[in-house]
Amino acid sequence: MSKGVNGVRRLRLCLMAAGALGFAAVFTLAVLGLQPFGGDVHPYGDRAVRASLLRGTPNTVSSVNFDQRALDTLGEELILVASALAVVVLLRMVRREEEDEPGRHRYGPADVFEALRVTGYALLPVTVLVGVYVVAHGQLSPGGGFQGGVVLGTAVHVLYLTGDYRALDRIRPVPLFEGGEAVAAAAFVVLALAFAGLIIPMNAVVGVEVGCAFILVLAKFFEQALLVRETG
Amino acid sequence: MAWAAYLTAGWIVLAGFYGIVTSRNLVHVVVCLSVAQSATYLLLLSVGYRWGATAPVFSDIRPGRPVVDPVVQAMTLTDVVVGATVTALLLALTVQVSKRRGTVDPDALRTLEE
Repeated sequence: MSKGVNGVRRLRLCLMAAGALGFAAVFTLAVLGLQPFGGDVHPYGDRAVRASLLRGTPNTVSSVNFDQRALDTLGEELILVASALAVVVLLRMVRREEEDEPGRHRYGPADVFEALRVTGYALLPVTVLVGVYVVAHGQLSPGGGFQGGVVLGTAVHVLYLTGDYRALDRIRPVPLFEGGEAVAAAAFVVLALAFAGLIIPMNAVVGVEVGCAFILVLAKFFEQALLVRETG
Repeated sequence: MAWAAYLTAGWIVLAGFYGIVTSRNLVHVVVCLSVAQSATYLLLLSVGYRWGATAPVFSDIRPGRPVVDPVVQAMTLTDVVVGATVTALLLALTVQVSKRRGTVDPDALRTLEE
C-alpha cells in the first residue's frame, strides 16, 4: 500500500516537473514581450488618473474601484457574499453534533495576565476607530471600504486574542451581523448599478459588508473549534 | 535584470504549485495556494511600476507628478479580496473533510465516499 502511494507521489512529481518546465518556458517568453519593468508607458493608468482628477477624487485607486470600474467591484462584492454564505452553510451543525453553550466552558477568561486583558479592552475602541477612519478617509488617502472593513471585522477579535471568548461572544451577536451583511450587500448592488461614483457611501457600505463577512466567517470557525462536539 | 520582477512572480507560482503537489496536509495545500496566488499581486504591481513615481494619491502631491499605475493597484485589491474568500472557503471544506473522513492527508482521500 505505502509502496503504491510512493509510486503515485513520484509520478505526480514527474508530471509536475514537466508542467513546470512548460510553464516556465511559456511564461518567460510572455514576460520578454512585456514592457520593460518600471517603464513610462502606462496608457490605462494615465487615463485613469486623468478621469479621477476630473471627478475630484484624490485617491485614484478608489476612483478606479468605485467609479470607473464599479461594475467589476460589484462582481467582486458578490464573490465575497457568496463565499461568506458558503462558509456559513458548510460549517453549520450536522447530524450527530451539538453545540455547547458558550458559558459552559472556560475558554475565557483564560489564564492570562490581568494587564493583557485590560490591554484588549483598551485596544478595542482604538482599533474600531482606526477601521472607521480607514473606511471614511478612503476617498482621500490610501484605504477604503475593503481595507477598513477588514480592520473593523478583526477589531472585535482583539478580545479573543487577549483571552476572553465570552466577551467576544457577547459583543458580536451573529444574527445581527448576518442581517448587516445582507443589507449592505443589497445596498451596494443598488449603489453600483444606479449611483456608481458616489465613492463615500460606496466605501461605507463595502466597509460594513466586508466587516460583517469577516466576523461571520471567523464566528463560524470559532464555533467549530470551540463549541461543536460530536454526540456519538 | 529589467525582467527580474516578472520572473520572480513566475518562480513564486511554481513554488506554490510544488507545495500543493507534494503536500501531506490539506491546510498546507490551502496555504500553498495562497502562496501561488500571491505571485499575481507581484506580477500586477510590477506591470504598473514606474521608476521614480509615487503612490497614485493626489491628496498631498501636485497633479502632473508621475505616479504608478492605479488600474493594476485596484486589480490587486480585487485579487486580495478574492484570495481571502477562497482561503476561507477552502478551510471550511477542510474542516468538514477532517470531520467526515478523520484525515487531512490528500493521499488518504481516494474516493468521494468510503
